[in-house]
Amino acid sequence: MRKVIRPGGPVLSRRTLAAGAAAGTLLAASGLGATRARAADPLKVGFVYVGPVGDYGWSYQHDQGRLAIEAEFGDAVATTYVESVPEGADAERVLSQLASGGHGLIFATSFGFMNATLKAARQFPQVKFEHCTGYKRADNVSTYMARFYEGRYIIGVIAGMMTRSNVIGYVGAVPIPEVVRGINAFTQGLRSVNPEATVKVIWVNAWYDPGKEREAAETLVAQGADVLSQHTDSPAPVQVAAEKGLYAFGQATDMRAFGPEAHLTAIVDDWDSYYVDRTRAVLDGTWASTDTWGGLSTGMVAMSDYNDALPEDVVAAAEAARVAIAAGTLHPLAGPLTDQAGTVRMAEGEVPDDGLLLGMDWFVEGVQGQVPR
Amino acid sequence: MGLRLEPRAERSRVMVYLTPLVAAALTVVAGAALFAALGHDPVRALFAFFVAPLTTAFGLGELFVKATPLVLCALGLAVGFRGNVWNIGAEGQLILGAVFAGGLALWAGETIPGGGGPWLLPAMVVMGILGGMAWAAIPALLRTRFNANEILVSLMLTYVAGLLLGYLVHGPWRDPMGYNFPESALFGEAALLPPLVAGTRLHIGALFALAAVAGTWVLLMRSFIGFQIKVVGLAPRAGGYAGFSGDRVVWLGLLCGGGLAGLAGMVEVAGPIGQLHTQISPGYGFTAIIVAFLGRLHPLGILLAGLFMALTYLGGDTLQIELGLPRAVTGLFQGMVLFFLLASDVLIHHRIRWSQRPAIPHGEAG
Repeated sequence: MRKVIRPGGPVLSRRTLAAGAAAGTLLAASGLGATRARAADPLKVGFVYVGPVGDYGWSYQHDQGRLAIEAEFGDAVATTYVESVPEGADAERVLSQLASGGHGLIFATSFGFMNATLKAARQFPQVKFEHCTGYKRADNVSTYMARFYEGRYIIGVIAGMMTRSNVIGYVGAVPIPEVVRGINAFTQGLRSVNPEATVKVIWVNAWYDPGKEREAAETLVAQGADVLSQHTDSPAPVQVAAEKGLYAFGQATDMRAFGPEAHLTAIVDDWDSYYVDRTRAVLDGTWASTDTWGGLSTGMVAMSDYNDALPEDVVAAAEAARVAIAAGTLHPLAGPLTDQAGTVRMAEGEVPDDGLLLGMDWFVEGVQGQVPR
Repeated sequence: MGLRLEPRAERSRVMVYLTPLVAAALTVVAGAALFAALGHDPVRALFAFFVAPLTTAFGLGELFVKATPLVLCALGLAVGFRGNVWNIGAEGQLILGAVFAGGLALWAGETIPGGGGPWLLPAMVVMGILGGMAWAAIPALLRTRFNANEILVSLMLTYVAGLLLGYLVHGPWRDPMGYNFPESALFGEAALLPPLVAGTRLHIGALFALAAVAGTWVLLMRSFIGFQIKVVGLAPRAGGYAGFSGDRVVWLGLLCGGGLAGLAGMVEVAGPIGQLHTQISPGYGFTAIIVAFLGRLHPLGILLAGLFMALTYLGGDTLQIELGLPRAVTGLFQGMVLFFLLASDVLIHHRIRWSQRPAIPHGEAG
């Protein structure tokens, strides 16, 4: 089944396109960029990760982007990373150390690094900073993030068709708008095919804590959930689903290896082309502060291979949602959007603007539990 | 024939000063072997870990920035530990200090035009200390009134403190302009500790730590109260016969620990962080327990141990950046350093003997 679908899928075509574009740019650069290629000093690109590279989730996927930069530019760049950096006073030290150590481009890949990035950027105006998932920018600070919620709508559709108990367990990380938005989009997708289904949320208040993620997942299963979804970075919930013979979805990266039977698909964060583009912009001298919010249409969000066990109609529904979201004809959080109290927050036919998405701090109908406040 | 550990009648004064050197030598040897096994030049790796962070003004500043909360917390803990008062909750007391001081800073930023004057920082210092003390007073009260174990109470209150901070920054103290992210507004200029050296993050909080070292030294080494703490800690019944109050030592130990941890919390939020959010401490209150024992519960020792611990974090960053070693290797190396330091302590109370015969239990050797 998956072979039927993949060749036309966006992942392949996007990669092919990217490779073609890269080849073209290299050809063009061979004339213009010759000085840079011959220059003794490669561009140093630094990465600051909130978790270990081996989380097989968020930080792992950013590190794949780092490797993509190395593969693309070879000797013209030298990359560095610092992993498991706490989001407190330490972040600014690491960022400053990278900047003072001659790094020309630095990616700070967690929301909690935002103010530290701004401070370091003021100290090192000649260094370009890129902050993932934040909203504060400066002349030398860009922000970027992905519309993960688009993928969450799709897995919501799959969950709605696969659940027997009509209870879905959702392991929430930190109750920030990005996560709340994801839960809402998931629930909208879920109830678009199964209005009876509800979502139970447990917050672990951490991005990466395999122990807590496992406990939360086991509790959700004990409460009757037969499909698990997660917004945390470790594969622990997938492993729980595999042990119990239930279903789960991978987060940030393809987690199939941790539960081949349980893993239905994963929302893959694909930072490769963004990182390559931004590095090229610094090499070309065209880097400017921007705000990028990529999604299924730009390839920053992609779905991993569907599990072979998924029935054909489920795959068809998921694919229909994916194609419609990528084409812009379906918005995962379009009206009618009703909150838990039954108040209509957005009328039918309306589409939320990014400002509303960015600050979303309330659950839609169908979610059990509260946004902590 | 083999190696045998023989207890000493008295702890060796020589070894107290010699063991850190022994530990350092063992660390260098084992570290060199580790880095060589990973395919790196051991000299370069050891240099990157121990020396490179100290070669720039920025690095030296960072050393003190990192050491300040560790030293403050460890000093307070040492007061209690010497009196057999086991405050494990410095982390929670640090958080409460940050909440009290940060709450005042946020209030001033919102209600006072211009964000408050020169009185604000001293007031935040007082609030920070009071916040930490208030949190530590709970285990003190429960211990002295109900004989509740202060280890459990202070440890559990750490999690309560984390949840309280989480509630505040998710709810009432959330930055109204912050897109509902769980963090407070940034503090105003008047609520930030002024820098000591331009171009570094070194701020006057480092001086608080030095002052606390001096203050704790006077308290523990030169005051009658310090003597009482020591007696009650070593021999509670002897202390009782001498008329020293055990309850008083419990209160003193916990309030000193809480007050200094609270000050550390204030220093962190008013110094390098500049706002409240849920990640203000990467476990300083717990690491400080190691620092306190590494410094042998002596104020000057704690200062050195705090600087040393801080160096291991900075060196860990440098290893990752310069040699591309993963965090796990730097963690392994940090663990090795601590292992050797603590393990070589055995030489203070024991001596190593070559023995011809099988070891005979102490006391029967004749």
